[in-house]
Amino acid sequence: MAEMQIKPITMNFGPQHPAAHGVLRLVLEMDGEVIERADPHIGLLHRGTEKLIEHKTYLQALPYFDRLDYVSPMNQEHAWALAVERAVGIEVPRRAQYIRVMYCEIGRILNHLLNLTTFAIDVGAMTPLLWGFEEREELMGFYERASGARLHAAYFRPGGVHQDLPDGLLDEIADWVERFPAFVVDLETLLTNNRIFKQRTVDIGVITEEAALDLGMTGPCLRGSGVAWDLRKSQPYDAYAEMDFDVPVGKTGDCYARYLVRVEEMRQSLRIIKQCIDNMPDGPVLAENNKITPPKRGEMKQSMEALIHHFKLYTEGFHVPEGDSYTAVEAPKGEFGVYLVADGSNKPYRCKIRAPGFYFMAAVDYLSRGHMLADSVAIIGSLDIVFGEIDR
Amino acid sequence: MTDAANTEADNAAGVDAPLQAMQEHLRQLVGGSLIESRVVQGQIVLEVAVAAIQQTLVALRDDQHAAFNQLSDLTAVDYPERPERFEMIYQLLSMKNNMRLRVCAAVGEGQAVPSMTAVYSAANWAEREVWDMFGIFFAGHPDLRRLLTDYGFEGHPLRKDFPLTGHVEVRYDDTQRRVVNEPVSLVQEFRDFDFLSPWEGMQAQIPGDEKAGKDG
Repeated sequence: MAEMQIKPITMNFGPQHPAAHGVLRLVLEMDGEVIERADPHIGLLHRGTEKLIEHKTYLQALPYFDRLDYVSPMNQEHAWALAVERAVGIEVPRRAQYIRVMYCEIGRILNHLLNLTTFAIDVGAMTPLLWGFEEREELMGFYERASGARLHAAYFRPGGVHQDLPDGLLDEIADWVERFPAFVVDLETLLTNNRIFKQRTVDIGVITEEAALDLGMTGPCLRGSGVAWDLRKSQPYDAYAEMDFDVPVGKTGDCYARYLVRVEEMRQSLRIIKQCIDNMPDGPVLAENNKITPPKRGEMKQSMEALIHHFKLYTEGFHVPEGDSYTAVEAPKGEFGVYLVADGSNKPYRCKIRAPGFYFMAAVDYLSRGHMLADSVAIIGSLDIVFGEIDR
Repeated sequence: MTDAANTEADNAAGVDAPLQAMQEHLRQLVGGSLIESRVVQGQIVLEVAVAAIQQTLVALRDDQHAAFNQLSDLTAVDYPERPERFEMIYQLLSMKNNMRLRVCAAVGEGQAVPSMTAVYSAANWAEREVWDMFGIFFAGHPDLRRLLTDYGFEGHPLRKDFPLTGHVEVRYDDTQRRVVNEPVSLVQEFRDFDFLSPWEGMQAQIPGDEKAGKDG
């Protein structure tokens, strides 16, 4: 009998698909049930953030960063704040540094909660999502208490944070830190040794150390492959140098390793939050340089100079000296970088945002070749894809 | 230590020793194709010619001492007033030295840039994005398609001469039963306020200044 040539089938996955984590259109070339090539079409959520930032003052550009990775908004703001602080060369008060580190770690837990639980629902476990979102709700409550907004906080500012924490908030967070480990244990009983979960994730989407570095992977996806690289440790910013925490590293580089790394990272984040609460210094939360940061409300009612500063800051904004710099932070997903080109005026000349998810998405083709169709869902889930930052 | 403190320390004590040693090493490594090397805010910046980018990056990646093993980012900046309009920017990271490096190259409009996909796989999508946003062509790229903009989009949005509002807007047409592209119609003219204060930001001569002599 003559050999039959079967034409590969081209299959369209998304853009409206619950397992696509947003608006991902994946064009898959299938040989039966096996993926031969994956071609992600992105950009369906492209909002031109970088172009818009070129037309805004440095302060007005900040809220755009909330809207990139909307799962952990403050971590993105942190990158912008650090980039601007580096460019203008101002020092951030210690209390502000601690508040920022604390909220970054809350953001990390927010992010990992969403990722792990939606990952679980993608591969068939529904309960983690229902439990995890209860915890997320509490964390967003903390966001709201500090900034007034549950998601798009605009709380970190160049020079510190916008307002001091309200009374009693630290105690509430400390309370929650005591309660949360029990949830992580519950989550692990549901998933870590769950047979179905392991069958769906172990040895799926394996990426070696070399390939991960070559493809530009960062964060938990890189650490899952065994590279102990964390910007919080290697290039500490703000108060991270004073924090005591461990960097979990996976061994196998598969979806399961990435899951384990994230679970452990939540525990380490708790440690950092606890240290921040215990050692929270007193003092101002915003650099006292009225050329960069706004004066206090009460001062404005009394002082003409404060009023002028306020008016100038919120219309003209501040000027940033000419120069370019690349500033990166360890966002929950990986290295989130801002390449800022300043031309000496009150608006950025160019702001390139390096989103970690962008490089994960580019690696989907590499990761899913030779896997079954259902595995592509597990791979996308384990990569922690959020389209706000990929499409920008 | 904070970033701000780092920057200040850099400015005070010149540049710290490992950075200076690395800069010297890179100067020798890149050799003749190097146009300029400098240290900006604690990061080394190398300026090379476009034609030498590939050999530079390969050298930086494979050299035992430098070992820049990851391409963090790749982008371009548009300077319409320069003779060579674009500047390609490659952000490299060496985990061994815990050091970042920026490689820049000036590119004229219509000039092709060699694709770096063979050196770092991460360059693949980043170059597609630059092609999409700036219209810089990458020679030897395996799959140079638009990445972020809509299917059938025209123009390169991140060029400085591309208007913020764009040229077309989309809407769903009920009668045609499909999404249609139409020229942008702004109800109100696009407003881009100039808040620069005349007493600090203005560099230009005020009309009439030329009449006044030096003695006033």
